[in-house]
Amino acid sequence: MNGPSSVPTPDELMIAAAAAELAGVRTVFVGIGLPNAAANLARRSVAPDLELIYESGVVGARPSRLPDSIGDPALVSGAAATMSMRDLFGGFLQGGRIEVGMLGAAQIDRWGNLNTTVIGSYDKPAVRLPGSGGACEIALNAGRVIVVMSQSTRSFVDHVDFVTSPGHRRPGGSGTRPAWAGAGPSAVVTQLGVYHFGDDGEMELAALHPGVDESTVDAGTGWPMRRASSVARLAEPSAETLAAIRELVA
Amino acid sequence: MTATVTSLHEAIATHVHDGQTVAIEGFTHLIGFAAAHEIIRQGRRGLTLARLTPDLVYDQMVAAGCASRLVFSWLGNPGVGSLHAIRRAIEADELAIEEYSHHGMVARYAAGASRLPFFPLRSYDGSDLPAANPQIRRVASPYDGEEIAVVPPLNPDVTIIHAQRGDADGNVQAWGIVGVQREAALAARRVIAVVEELVDRSVVRDDPDRTLLPGTVVDAVCVEPFGAHPSFAQGYYDRDNAFYRDWEPISRDPSRLSAWLDEWVHGLDGRTAYVQRLGEEAVQKLRPEPRPSGRVDYGSYR
Repeated sequence: MNGPSSVPTPDELMIAAAAAELAGVRTVFVGIGLPNAAANLARRSVAPDLELIYESGVVGARPSRLPDSIGDPALVSGAAATMSMRDLFGGFLQGGRIEVGMLGAAQIDRWGNLNTTVIGSYDKPAVRLPGSGGACEIALNAGRVIVVMSQSTRSFVDHVDFVTSPGHRRPGGSGTRPAWAGAGPSAVVTQLGVYHFGDDGEMELAALHPGVDESTVDAGTGWPMRRASSVARLAEPSAETLAAIRELVA
Repeated sequence: MTATVTSLHEAIATHVHDGQTVAIEGFTHLIGFAAAHEIIRQGRRGLTLARLTPDLVYDQMVAAGCASRLVFSWLGNPGVGSLHAIRRAIEADELAIEEYSHHGMVARYAAGASRLPFFPLRSYDGSDLPAANPQIRRVASPYDGEEIAVVPPLNPDVTIIHAQRGDADGNVQAWGIVGVQREAALAARRVIAVVEELVDRSVVRDDPDRTLLPGTVVDAVCVEPFGAHPSFAQGYYDRDNAFYRDWEPISRDPSRLSAWLDEWVHGLDGRTAYVQRLGEEAVQKLRPEPRPSGRVDYGSYR
């Protein structure tokens, strides 16, 4: 084969779609992996003033290489600031200084509740996951939240096994977010499409990736997925966008 | 309390005892592996280990049988996967867990450092974490009655931190990611600081902003170059990402893990031997190119 494929992979589609959700944003709280690549892509395109903030206390990282973890010395060299975690979680995140938090999860429900703690029961889990880290307070205190995760009936579930990071309502649909909290999940990006949330806080299909149809979405969702008033069809990422993504994750 | 420059062997023998609560802090950066290995060698048992991210360092201590309880907020091998020794110990009911979020752990150390009865934070509303951990509670504000989540103070018997440099008075300087080390140290009854190098007092006093902890709160200073490997020390050596990846199959297999501990911990008498065993080539590969900061002028006053 000569040169890279012009056909985007599912990961590349997710990175492009997540980057688009960051248009015009100045401050984003990110981890490693797809959200990191999406945020870096956004900074080169739709959000030129974007600064990446890591829970390790690094603000405005300009890494010279792709970091393997959020603890990487390359995130520090050339950054705008480093600070203690007390300042970061207290004065910055809780102080309302973070516009967008990007989170992943093993499970999500229709209200945007995220599980990164256990599959099965807490006391005798079938799978023990890492837990919250900063996700619980990011979900509550960031201005809004973008979730990037892979979609199947195992991850898009009617009831999450554990709510690590709260969405718009408790499982079952009761309750609301506290008055002081941020707006909560605003978008979920998967390999099938992009989901937004209705005024009542329920997830709805907003856009499909190229080549994906609505029946595939329904087959990959553990509840009847609602539709937004119109379901958009995302364009193929341009050649320039694909090249930029491949440079970021190379 | 006056800090004394001492061997790591002596510092652990003097300050760390069976059944204590020990925090080896350092968020992704400056993780005190040399100190952890010395605790393993000295055979401590029944420790409560506190740390935001248990990381490989506590996976090794749990595998070695040092711990009976784990207090944490994110349990994984960063960028790789799981900590299998800890998972096995939890599943076998040999290790009790007490789980928070990052801000919850930060707040616990902050309460501990300031000797407060609890610390309020805006978290946990709508999460199942308070149901899993009854130590996460709520109080009503005496001002407007609004309910807010609170966590209890964490006061380790001993906090161990690793830093780039220190002086003979126990003043300790660190730069880069400083995480929660200052709060964790101020919360503790005893503080051990392990440093990459001992520098002249004038080096510290020429740049006091860089001081993470003054010697007045440090009980022992130990010099252990490369003591945070396989984590990193900003400006001194890089994170050994290959080691973090290699840990996955070692940690997964109890007999391989036991053999690893024999070879790299029990079979060595300290960090100098560990660095020799790593070999000069491996060490040099992790050394960064220089990127010094600009100097600031504090001024000299008459």
